[in-house]
Amino acid sequence: MTVDLEKVNSIIEKYRDDREAFIALLQDISAEYRYLPEEVIRYVSEEIEVPVSRLFSLATFYTSFRLEPRGEHEVQVCMGTACHVRGAPRMLDKVTQKLNIKPGETTEDKRFTVETVNCVGACALGPLLVYDGKYYGKLTQWKIEKLLEGSNDEDDQSS
Amino acid sequence: MMKMTSPAELEKYRSSILEGIDSGRPSVSVCCGTGCSASGALEVVSAFERLLEEKGIQANINTKITGCHGFCEQGPLVLLSPGNRLYCKVTEEDVDDIIEETLLANRVVERLLFVDPVTGEKIEKEEEIPFYKKQLRLIFGDNGKMVPTDIRDYLSLGGYSALAKVLKGMGPQEVIQEIKNSRLRGRGGAGFPTGLKWESCDKAEGDIKYVICNADEGDPGCFQDRSLLEGNPHLVLEGMIIGAYAVGASQGYIYVRNEYPLAVKNFSTALEQAREMGLLGENILGSDFSFNIKVVRGGGAFVCGESSALITSIEGRIGEPRYKFVHAAEKGLWDRPTVLNNVKTWAAVPLIINRGAEWFSEIGTEQSKGTMIFSLTGKVNNTGLVEVPMGISLRELIFEIGGGILEGRKFKAVQTGGPSGGCIPEGLLNLPLDFEKLAEVGSMVGSGGMIVMDETTCMVDVAKYFLSFTQEESCGKCVPCREGGEHMLKILERITRGEGEERDLELLKEISDTMQCASLCALGKLAPNPVLTTLKYFPEEYLAHIKDKKCSAGVCKELIEYLIDPEACTGCGRCLKACPTGAISGEKEAVHILDQEQCIKCGNCMEVCRFDAVSVE
Repeated sequence: MTVDLEKVNSIIEKYRDDREAFIALLQDISAEYRYLPEEVIRYVSEEIEVPVSRLFSLATFYTSFRLEPRGEHEVQVCMGTACHVRGAPRMLDKVTQKLNIKPGETTEDKRFTVETVNCVGACALGPLLVYDGKYYGKLTQWKIEKLLEGSNDEDDQSS
Repeated sequence: MMKMTSPAELEKYRSSILEGIDSGRPSVSVCCGTGCSASGALEVVSAFERLLEEKGIQANINTKITGCHGFCEQGPLVLLSPGNRLYCKVTEEDVDDIIEETLLANRVVERLLFVDPVTGEKIEKEEEIPFYKKQLRLIFGDNGKMVPTDIRDYLSLGGYSALAKVLKGMGPQEVIQEIKNSRLRGRGGAGFPTGLKWESCDKAEGDIKYVICNADEGDPGCFQDRSLLEGNPHLVLEGMIIGAYAVGASQGYIYVRNEYPLAVKNFSTALEQAREMGLLGENILGSDFSFNIKVVRGGGAFVCGESSALITSIEGRIGEPRYKFVHAAEKGLWDRPTVLNNVKTWAAVPLIINRGAEWFSEIGTEQSKGTMIFSLTGKVNNTGLVEVPMGISLRELIFEIGGGILEGRKFKAVQTGGPSGGCIPEGLLNLPLDFEKLAEVGSMVGSGGMIVMDETTCMVDVAKYFLSFTQEESCGKCVPCREGGEHMLKILERITRGEGEERDLELLKEISDTMQCASLCALGKLAPNPVLTTLKYFPEEYLAHIKDKKCSAGVCKELIEYLIDPEACTGCGRCLKACPTGAISGEKEAVHILDQEQCIKCGNCMEVCRFDAVSVE
């Protein structure tokens, strides 16, 4: 894979004088590529003269970082306590059965990545999931079926 | 914006803002907190903007996009003044009626009013709705009145007057004494006296000192810190500036969850505005006090809510806690004296300075002063954020403010304090809420999570849920937390699968004991709380799982069966179609049969049945 290192350079520049900002730097890279490509981490490590092990230790400790590319659509199922007592585990089962992957995985066709999140703070709507940044609340298995199928249809039409 | 060079100049500017406000002009405040936005508040805002422009009256009506009003259950919320009328569950289709009827003709749109579920009565004014009536919204109340990204709104409500007061005539010692006298305690969980913390930092030696705002709100089911930062960022900022002045800090940090982009954005905007106006930066309000703040985004590790882990994370390292032989107040960030307080603690500071320590210390109980903001969630009718005086009973909070249990079911327990807290049973509902009382029953105030559970919640499953959370979030540095958590989780999984033994209960207590004594930080020390409290108050549920292999709440998959009632089944075919494994069979209009062998207990059939023919046992 080749990545556009031009973007990385501008991010590195932004944090040049900031001795504590490794996490912010990785966050910006992650926002740019939607994950942390290994070659980018290696490149950054050389540029800022910080051992690559240090950057990898951060990338693997903090849950917001991913070392694998994400799917086209991101499905985040809220597993907060309020959602849990309102049936979130059953909703997660539904999503993973439907897409045939485990939480944290991406479908083979790279269309969907499923993740669990601890709480998105919209507890009145629980159980809920976030689909490409949009909240879908008061879930039922039926709604999940429709949502995931609906996106199939749209994509099929557009392709 | 003009830079203010003295407190007097700020007051003059405030007066000019207040003079410019036409109090008779109708205003519309649309709550755009997370809950309301997720329910469509942004569409409501665009509908207002579009229609007001179409009607050519946008100049006559003040439209405000505000932060969270707290009553998430009824969102999107629209508050109209004059009259303080609250409209609930507003959709974009309702906007035209609101403009024509209420804003232009001053008539009420009846269908949008809150309906009291008990009396069936429609309530017009916000303050008369039971959810708001019993609250004391000192910190949270201004959220609905201001545009969080407009500093003039904050100034018009008296913002930065506490800072001006301090810089005009209070020495740092006086400020610390005032906070000590108020007996404010940290709102992040431990409840340490804020004034004492400030005093030790002030006394600690060092030229460079720091203040930090902990906004790494990681407890699932908690969103009050987020709502404060999103809805009233200047209040938190003002508190931090005053704190920095008191302890002599020159640099501050706010550590915010990366999952809260709007909080980061609004707080950053507040920082810029405060800098422009001379309320932050060099020589604040013309004084010789200089202070700056940096925003640090968290990386999504729960343990970073712990103070020493948070500090190492700001230093750019992995967020592992350390032993606290020496407090952060003496050696914190980069080994320099540091005051670290929660968002809600900082937000209380301007109030105390403005209204006095005596006023503040009259609110609450003997040991716990002031108000606390709780996230009331779970199986309760009125999910939302509530601010109440310390000492209110759990019963009042859940049944009066919270409106009781969803769908009229029976209350079972309330979990307070997040993954580090405990489950409190019905018998203790009259307990007054404060730091000591909750600790006495094995729980804690924590950062204010309050999750209500009913008869369909399995307490063993809840304990397992919290343990799997803390085990997942354990940083792994110390053995008791890393290994203890994992083993407790294994035992709980065994019990919920119906493979538990009675001696497992003793083993759970034993491991809990070790974790409590020997864990490095509060995450490990408090992780057994959900297990210990459920064992103490709901032992019969554990025994039912172990001995009878039954989960009476109908949650634990391995112990339940879905059944179709032949009397009630109409043979409509909905469940048959919904079943993912083809476990349900039956002709159209004939009673359907569920094959237990093929059933994966997904509960789909029960969800889709319109005749209540599917039950769980």
